[in-house]
Amino acid sequence: MSIIKPAPAAARGNDVAGAPRTGTGGKSRGPARNHLGIHIFLIVMAAMWLVPLGWTVFTSLRPKADTDKYGYFSLGGSFNFDNFVEAWTRGGFAQYAWNSVLITVPSVILILFFASMMAFAVSRVSWKFNVTLLIMFTAGNLLPPQVLAAPLFQMFKQFELPYSVSDSGNLLNTYISVIAVDTAFQIGFVTFVLSNYMKALSPELTEAALVDGAGIWRQYWEIILPLCRPALAAMGTLEVIFIYNDFFWPLLFIQSGDRLPLTTAVNNLQGQFLSDYNLIAAGAMITAIPALIIYLLLQRHFVAGLTLGSSKG
Amino acid sequence: MSTSSDTTTAGVRGAKQAPAGRVRRLSGRDKWVLGFMVGVPTLIQLVLVWIPTLLSAALSFTRWNGLSLTDIKSAGVANYQFIVNDYPPFWPAVQHNVLWLVFLALIATPLGLLLAILLDQNIRGTKVYQSIFFTPVMLSLALIGVIWQLFYNRDSGLLNFLLGTGGTPQAVDWFGDSSVNIWAALVAATWRHAGYVMILYLAGLKGVDPTLREAAQIDGANAVQTFFRVIFPAMRPVNVIIIVITVIESLRAFDIVYVINRGTNGLELISALVIQNLVGEGQVIGVGSALAVILLVISLVPITFYLSRAFGKDKEA
Repeated sequence: MSIIKPAPAAARGNDVAGAPRTGTGGKSRGPARNHLGIHIFLIVMAAMWLVPLGWTVFTSLRPKADTDKYGYFSLGGSFNFDNFVEAWTRGGFAQYAWNSVLITVPSVILILFFASMMAFAVSRVSWKFNVTLLIMFTAGNLLPPQVLAAPLFQMFKQFELPYSVSDSGNLLNTYISVIAVDTAFQIGFVTFVLSNYMKALSPELTEAALVDGAGIWRQYWEIILPLCRPALAAMGTLEVIFIYNDFFWPLLFIQSGDRLPLTTAVNNLQGQFLSDYNLIAAGAMITAIPALIIYLLLQRHFVAGLTLGSSKG
Repeated sequence: MSTSSDTTTAGVRGAKQAPAGRVRRLSGRDKWVLGFMVGVPTLIQLVLVWIPTLLSAALSFTRWNGLSLTDIKSAGVANYQFIVNDYPPFWPAVQHNVLWLVFLALIATPLGLLLAILLDQNIRGTKVYQSIFFTPVMLSLALIGVIWQLFYNRDSGLLNFLLGTGGTPQAVDWFGDSSVNIWAALVAATWRHAGYVMILYLAGLKGVDPTLREAAQIDGANAVQTFFRVIFPAMRPVNVIIIVITVIESLRAFDIVYVINRGTNGLELISALVIQNLVGEGQVIGVGSALAVILLVISLVPITFYLSRAFGKDKEA
């Protein structure tokens, strides 16, 4: 977690003012104790954690014919990826995966862009309503999404578009509606985290630039933003997962099944494959894989993002 | 758009109470740039978050089928009266939301804390354990619903097999049987929530000044006393976040029950009732909005608590 040094130190400074304490992990925790009991407990818990996922993987790798023949609770028969291939083609997962990309990538870029601008304006410039606005942004992210559902749905329905742009004649059933609401909903959280991070950067950084006659935009774009790279990486990773995992907004706004992203399409798995649990399991695993890959590759950033968001309170 | 950025630029006062003298004077151009930087995100936030919230409140006092704007009729508090008195799923939903909160607060969150404490000792394989407990946090709650459905299934699920009831008439349909399905869903939700709490507390524990621990031990405190009297209070910022996350998650709970059965038959939640009234045949926008407002009012409690903790100090300064 060394990539997030400035902000946690500063944020914790609120509470117990003092020297930076990053990386003071457990040393000298009393005499070496017998950890056997702890290990037994942890192994049992870990098994409980792995069993549902393991069962899904197990089921997904077995052909339906073999499970029918030997039963679900058996080791007989072969193991292969046929269910994945069949679920992918029959379920139209290529389209869902592409829809997920079309929604996630623009949303995350817009979130980082708008939130970093807003965070700069409220943390590096003193003006009348900066704290008020930051509070409003932070609160917005904490609302349950269902609170906004009816008015947003109706607003998008009333927003008329030419049929050449949208086949529904309005904003419903478009990616734009999902991207817009995802962006609006997540800006608050990212603004809050980035503003804490930017506050922790020395004021001299921009003062020197000011003396050189650099305008606001150059201070933001050329000085502060490059220094925020670790926080931006952490927030970017976190938001990719958040938006990819978002189930609700596409469910509300998108009516055509073939425009749903992977996470929302999960809702239709059981209808699509009826009681072919092997195919359902394969479909579920396909949906889990992008998140798990990001986790494996960018675990540090993801965890940093979560803890960055919670280090102040 | 122009009105919004005008007002925000008007709010920008050069050195107004700038303690460190960060920006002394803003040129006219800088004011416009700043107006843009503040105005655009604020406008997005207002139009897509706060105005809809207010509209929800307004719609809750109307009767509307969602078709034409001219059909909107004032209804006073009739929707609220209907929900409280004549809407059968409402009180079960309230009970389930409360149960969700109690379960997360008494079981899932303490379990996450316990895992964090154990993994914070220098035990072997701590990274492996952390990865295992953290994996479900990466998955969407909708997907978690499907994964647990495969585990809980009556005929093909692993659980019935492990209990020895698989294939027999005693086999339980864990997500389908309305007397147990809320508990089954809560176990699935715990699977994710505990890992989330664990990772936040692990970071919190690393941030506690080790000299505090040493001092307590020199004073003769045992491990349990040290934790509850010294370490736990020192993690106050993390504790606040965990409380807020636990409460908000229990109000937001939706995806998992919606995937199972759309939030019916033993799995009613306020959030799911909102959606049931907004979509499908016979839209009752007024009732759905009134339910949304009830959800909103309850949510304001943890939100206000969090904001007062997060911003209280800023305001005093």
